[in-house]
Amino acid sequence: MSVTPEKSDLSRRTLLQRAGAAGLLAVPAAGLLSACAGSEPSKSDSGGGAAKSKDNPFGVKDDSAVKVVVFNGGLGDQWAKEDTVVFNAKHPKVTVNMSSTQKIKTEEQPKMATQPSDLVMNSGADMMDRSTLINEGAIEPLDDLLTAPAWDGEGTVGDSLLPGTVGDGTQNGKFYVVNVAYTVWGNWYNAALFKKEGWTAPTTWDEFFALAPKIKAKGMAPYVHDAIHGYYPRWGLFASIWKAVGKQAVIDIDNLKDGAWKADGIVAALQPWEKLVKDKLLLPGKLNHTQSQQAWLDGKAAFIQVGTWLKNEMAATIPPGFELTLSDYWSNSGDKAAKDVFAASGEGFVVPSKAPNKAAAKEFLRAILSKEGSAKFAELTKSLASTKGSGDKVQDSALASANAVVKGGSSDLISVKFPDFYADLDKESQNLSEELFAGRLTAQQFVDKMQAAADKVAKDSSIKKQTRTA
Amino acid sequence: MRHGVARFVTGFLALPVALYLFYVVWPFAQAAGYSLTDWGGYSDSQRFVGLDNYVRLFSDELIRKAFWHNVFFLVTVPLFTIGLALLLAFLLNVGGREDRAGIRGVFGSGLYKVIFFFPQVLSLVVVAVMWQQIYRSDEQGLINGLLIKIGLVDADNPIAFTADPEPFLGIPAVLWWLLLIAVWSGAGFYMVLFSAAMQSIPKDIYEAAILDGAGRFHTFFKVTLPLLRDTISVAWVYLGFIALDMYALVFVMTPSQGGPNHASEIFASVLNFTAFQKGQFGYACAMGVALAIFTILLAALQLRITRRDRIEY
Repeated sequence: MSVTPEKSDLSRRTLLQRAGAAGLLAVPAAGLLSACAGSEPSKSDSGGGAAKSKDNPFGVKDDSAVKVVVFNGGLGDQWAKEDTVVFNAKHPKVTVNMSSTQKIKTEEQPKMATQPSDLVMNSGADMMDRSTLINEGAIEPLDDLLTAPAWDGEGTVGDSLLPGTVGDGTQNGKFYVVNVAYTVWGNWYNAALFKKEGWTAPTTWDEFFALAPKIKAKGMAPYVHDAIHGYYPRWGLFASIWKAVGKQAVIDIDNLKDGAWKADGIVAALQPWEKLVKDKLLLPGKLNHTQSQQAWLDGKAAFIQVGTWLKNEMAATIPPGFELTLSDYWSNSGDKAAKDVFAASGEGFVVPSKAPNKAAAKEFLRAILSKEGSAKFAELTKSLASTKGSGDKVQDSALASANAVVKGGSSDLISVKFPDFYADLDKESQNLSEELFAGRLTAQQFVDKMQAAADKVAKDSSIKKQTRTA
Repeated sequence: MRHGVARFVTGFLALPVALYLFYVVWPFAQAAGYSLTDWGGYSDSQRFVGLDNYVRLFSDELIRKAFWHNVFFLVTVPLFTIGLALLLAFLLNVGGREDRAGIRGVFGSGLYKVIFFFPQVLSLVVVAVMWQQIYRSDEQGLINGLLIKIGLVDADNPIAFTADPEPFLGIPAVLWWLLLIAVWSGAGFYMVLFSAAMQSIPKDIYEAAILDGAGRFHTFFKVTLPLLRDTISVAWVYLGFIALDMYALVFVMTPSQGGPNHASEIFASVLNFTAFQKGQFGYACAMGVALAIFTILLAALQLRITRRDRIEY
């Protein structure tokens, strides 16, 4: 669940690369050169070798260099530059070569089999498929990072992380992905506007449907979201399923259990969304993420569903007096887990197995997850870091509202794993979510089609299966 | 050839040929090799699976859908682009009035030439970004905004353009909207190509035809078109290549790159998804190789069919 949007969807360079990669003109295979060429195996050691100590648990060698690639999306990259300062305070003789990009896969995938960077932030729309990375043995298990002492606090690195972070980064029993951000999803509204109009932010679907006519009367659409990237509307659907039917139903879905999508209550959980579309409560038009967010900031819609990177992403165009406020996804009375909130660690770093300086990569992660580094992260991005207490000193209403949502929730967090497990199901569920929100599918049809897609993946022997236990 | 000259020529050719072999031919061979394996793209281990990937290709529903979408473009892109380009070229060169100085194009044809050629100087990305704004599906979009203002489109139900999978003449609307962009951006170039070809047709042929009482309609179909046969044939092959690609437009303009819900899936988008998202490079390479073979066969067939005796003038 570590997908955040990019600032822009394309650049000339990547488009041309992709066009090449997918077969330009009569030379469909030409671009695969960049991906295929030169797969000579190269031997690499851990890059460590110096004496290990509490301040240098991985034995990073002085005068070595570490290449860090940062995803420059909704959160920007300034926070990562601050981490370099934190890192160099302890290791002044290690050179950090940091670069940032929005096209992680385009630039990093071709190097993975031979000469990868040491530390890669695998995020954004152009991220490398996580299951493939793990199945191919392309990234390193990082369990030793969790047991290493924390950079500037008590206990181990593992102890300093928010709940869910270790679980989110674990697959097949090993810890592979270090998520550095902590994202909360929900329905955002403008608290200033609601105060002025005398509206109360709904907590249930019934309250929302009661409020909707009043919002419409003001010439606003009640709801909007990105209708171009299917994973935006999908968050709401996932949240509703989990809240209504409970955790076990989602675990069954993730595990491709027979008939998991047909479990009692799933269709009913999605029907409020169907009603939202049928009653024309969505802002007309198929807008992308920034367009829909801007429409919301322009007061064309009352609610928008998106994650906590919103404020940072839209920082330049937030009108004065606009109070971005996050509220939890709406529930129904009788829901099994109405209090569970949709929050997860995201923005995952991975260490390629063939990285030349893995020791320094892990050490850099320790710096990112430090108290000092994570506080800088929260301050600069107005988002929580996955390290405990990162946002405690930050004065920001949007961040505070996200904090309140998390604190008001139960201890269990909504999380859905199958999009990380299976690229096919990821794509199908995005497509079908778009269809549901375009009014071309009913909740029942959505569930039927998801079941069919899940069955297809379950039967496909070319796809390696994953299991989720908790 | 004298010995020294041969050495001189070889010296100049060696480097380009070596570069071509290394950067073009060798990757082709590699891709063909990978298409026989189950390589995932991120490791250096791969298992030889023979022709399994190719067998799988024939039972893959998504590929079949993508194939027919490519066929749609293969028929329509050359047809509309060449049709429009010919019409424009005819109007600009011989569509105007005739006088003692001979036959000319319509008034202001020099200016029109520049305008119609203009899309060609824009990079594909610029074109796509521009059309995103033109196609934007709310009242801020160029087309929707205009139509909503004059009341032809309901603001609550704007045109969805590339997010619209509803069939028009049996083909998803999104493909027609993409076609419009492809034709718009291609017609100018072929107009210039055809203009050049038309200008090389001697004016006396036209004058003779007019003296014999041929109207504009007849001049075009009986004189211009047959004499342009070679040029049109080449244009058709080029446009066929473009139609089999179309990747950039699908990638930038459609939801979920091939959506909505696979309505604009093409060979290249399925290939990209299979390789880079599913991590099945071997299978994706097989798709690429299959597409290459299909393209080469098509081009060969095309040139064969249109080959005829050349008219010298």
